[in-house]
Amino acid sequence: MIGMNKELLSVSSKERVNQTYKIETENLNAWFGTKQALKDINIKIRANSITAIIGPSGCGKSTLIRCLNRMHELVPSAKVSGKVFLDGVDIYSKNVDPVIVRRRVGMVFQKPNPFPTMSIYDNVAAGLKLNGIRDRKRLDEIVRKSLEQAWLWDEVKDDLDKPGASLSGGQQQRLCIARALAVEPEVLLLDEPTSALDPIAASKIEQLIVSLKRDYTIVIVTHNMQQAARVSDYTAFLYLGRLIEYDVTAKIFSNPREELTENYIAGRFG
Amino acid sequence: MAYIKDKGGCSRIMQTYLVRKFKDKFAYAVCLACVIVAVIPLGSILFEVTKNGLPALNMEFFIEGPRAIGEPGGGIANSIQGTLILIGLTSLIGVPIGILSGIYLAEFGNNKFGKIVRLTNNILAQFPSIVIGIFAYLTIVLLIGSFSPLAGAIALAIIMIPIITRTTEESLKLVPNTLREASMALGIRRWRTIMSIVLVSAKNGVVTGIMLSISRIAGETAPLIMTILGSQWFFSGLTEPMDALTLRIWRLALLPYDYAHTTGWGAALVLIIIVLSLNILARILTRSKFVLRGV
Amino acid sequence: MDENMKYPPKFFLSVDDFFKYILGIISGLVVLTLFFMVLELFRHSLPVLSLKFVFGVNWNPVVGSEEYGILPYILGTMVTSVIAIVVGVPISLGIAIYLSEMAPNFIRTTLSFIIELLAAVPSVIYGLWGLFIFRFWVRDFIEIPLSKYLGFLPIFQGEPFGLDILTAGLILAIMIIPTVASVSREVLMAVPNSQREAAYSLGATKWEVIRLGVLSYAKSGIVGAAILGLGRAVGETMAVTMVIGNAIGAAALPTSLFKAGQTMASLIANEFNEADPTSLHPNALVGVGLILFVLALTVNLFAQVLVWRILKIKEGAVE
Ligand SMILES: Nc1ncnc2c1ncn2[C@@H]1O[C@H](COP(=O)(O)OP(=O)(O)OP(=O)(O)O)[C@@H](O)[C@H]1O
Ligand SMILES: [Mg+2]
Repeated sequence: MIGMNKELLSVSSKERVNQTYKIETENLNAWFGTKQALKDINIKIRANSITAIIGPSGCGKSTLIRCLNRMHELVPSAKVSGKVFLDGVDIYSKNVDPVIVRRRVGMVFQKPNPFPTMSIYDNVAAGLKLNGIRDRKRLDEIVRKSLEQAWLWDEVKDDLDKPGASLSGGQQQRLCIARALAVEPEVLLLDEPTSALDPIAASKIEQLIVSLKRDYTIVIVTHNMQQAARVSDYTAFLYLGRLIEYDVTAKIFSNPREELTENYIAGRFG
Repeated sequence: MAYIKDKGGCSRIMQTYLVRKFKDKFAYAVCLACVIVAVIPLGSILFEVTKNGLPALNMEFFIEGPRAIGEPGGGIANSIQGTLILIGLTSLIGVPIGILSGIYLAEFGNNKFGKIVRLTNNILAQFPSIVIGIFAYLTIVLLIGSFSPLAGAIALAIIMIPIITRTTEESLKLVPNTLREASMALGIRRWRTIMSIVLVSAKNGVVTGIMLSISRIAGETAPLIMTILGSQWFFSGLTEPMDALTLRIWRLALLPYDYAHTTGWGAALVLIIIVLSLNILARILTRSKFVLRGV
Repeated sequence: MDENMKYPPKFFLSVDDFFKYILGIISGLVVLTLFFMVLELFRHSLPVLSLKFVFGVNWNPVVGSEEYGILPYILGTMVTSVIAIVVGVPISLGIAIYLSEMAPNFIRTTLSFIIELLAAVPSVIYGLWGLFIFRFWVRDFIEIPLSKYLGFLPIFQGEPFGLDILTAGLILAIMIIPTVASVSREVLMAVPNSQREAAYSLGATKWEVIRLGVLSYAKSGIVGAAILGLGRAVGETMAVTMVIGNAIGAAALPTSLFKAGQTMASLIANEFNEADPTSLHPNALVGVGLILFVLALTVNLFAQVLVWRILKIKEGAVE
């Protein structure tokens, strides 16, 4: 599988960098029209780790993770410069197909966005069908597994053919998580995945995230400091489009280098 | 991607990927082809009307009425006159009613009655115009006992009103509420506020609607068949048949003479110039898209 | 002290209320018109209305042996409209998809403009073009090949001539394209971007995004747009009248696409001025108008509801 992507992401070996990092950015800048949302971001994200991105509203958290799977460029007038390496290959280089990038780097959005007219089953199976998996038994299996992982299976197992829109907001968000998990990406980008959930569902999702660490590299945007402290291995603090501090989570929360970070974590602004 | 790996699916995924890429390109090509297929008729119509219509245009064509059937020569001046009279009469009826009911819907129409009026207008805007023609025949022509430009104008007004009503309503709604409030705060009455301030600041939209509706009714044929009938003569009163460009084109096209076809194409050229220039002008006046929906 | 003395009774409406009611009455005129339309059509067609009128196939306006059956024209309307939908809707959908999802901005504006112009061309000019130009395209490029290779099928029976049901249906298809395409485009543009992003994030190609994220969401609105097109096709008169060949009675039954036919609207256009006022012929034609009215009203109401529903979603959500 990796071999195929390498082929598609083939870039001269000179550009390859250290492989222990799953994702690395190099002077990443992003704009909306003339407004710059990200400024010279350099961040290295380790494979099989959970990285939390925190920062006040509007600081560019969503924009950053949307640059990691080339979703940012879908906004009209949006622009990106700099490099993002996935397994050492720059996903922004010319001969890379964003379709493959997004296939490898899955995403769950801030607002739940299931396909409302599709059945719950089809929502989860959508990505699989795209990749040519048609075998009903296999589909059943994966749909079930994904829904179980997202803690949704018990609630929906009897109405798999109901439309996605018939679920509650929190259930819809878990459906979106299941949908993202079903295609088994290598990296999972989560944009405030629990903001629409009740505390119980939220804590289940947190457990899920931790358990996924074995197979996935996870980047999670969150406004919830406790959540960041509970689940993540590394934490990045973003402010006004700049990466202020990035370190091991324990360090960020106990003994941050920057005063800005300390103030933010202490709840003095944002 | 364990489930793919253990089935040795690497090359299969690759295959699927290539097929998907192909489908993507193919879909793009198909959509583009649809566009081209739709544009061809327009291109051909404009080309043919110009090519076949131009030779018919000369002085006589614009100042004379038709000769006896079968005799070449003559013009379509009476038809042009008829169409202009129809446009005038119809506007006289349709424009005030259309604007006023548009105002009602925008300013007071947030109730059940407003909903019914809106629905009725939407229905009439898409309604078979020949049925409207029959209605005008049954009420006006039978009443006054003869074909009449007035009956034609009433039929066309029923087509015109929904268009003007909708564009007026939508452009009034775009006027910010602060303008209304500011005016009322000055002690100006509601009705004066609406008529002199709101309506004036929405005038572009309203004028667009009027022009679009005129462009639409100028091209109508079916409701004229049973209301103004068509005639060889110039306008001779409100209780006599009258001609119109559209009717003339139809009648000429069905005659078995070449000269008639040439004159028909010429009339079509005149008509299409009137209709399209009004239409284009209207769209240039307001570049917003609300007016364009389904009109 | 008497209350009425303190507050003299108000006999007149305030100016503003008066204004409002006058406007209300004026805007109510269209409702009244529609109401009277039904009434008048019904009143005048009463003498001919019967089951035999709707299901009969013979049409004979000669006084003494009068007989009015309109089944062939109802079927003619249906067949030509179905051809229009089957051919026109997919093309319109392709255009709408191209305009809303694929075209770069400057092409989008120009192209939308051109499509709108297509809607502005008067139907009698479509008829003229159909009669002298399009008819030969249909005959030479569609009918002759079809009759050569599939001529054994009953629907392709007869000598290709170009003035027939197929040409009428195809010209209707061209005429409904602007309506269906521009309404569908609006419906597609009303689909929230989060739907597209959802599909993209699964690694979908552009086309798959359109299929998963856009079309599945906009389904009912597109059906509405198609039905709106159907409404237009059903009532379209002049262009059809000029190319359909105008058959009468049993000969107008649409048994083959290569046969001259007749629709309800074209029948009215062709015969209204020739009808003898002392016979039932005018009443029969009004009756045809009534059936057309009912058909168009049903189709239209249905379409309005479907299109409304989806465009309302857009008004509600600020995405
Ligand atoms: N579609 C857009 N068009 C223009 N500017 C945008 C757009 N989306 C975001 N921005 C701007 O870019 C900046 C970064 O936005 P972003 O969504 O990344 O913030 P965020 O950190 O995710 O905030 P939140 O915590 O509220 O989700 C903001 O200042 C915002 O105003
Ligand atoms: Mg965000």
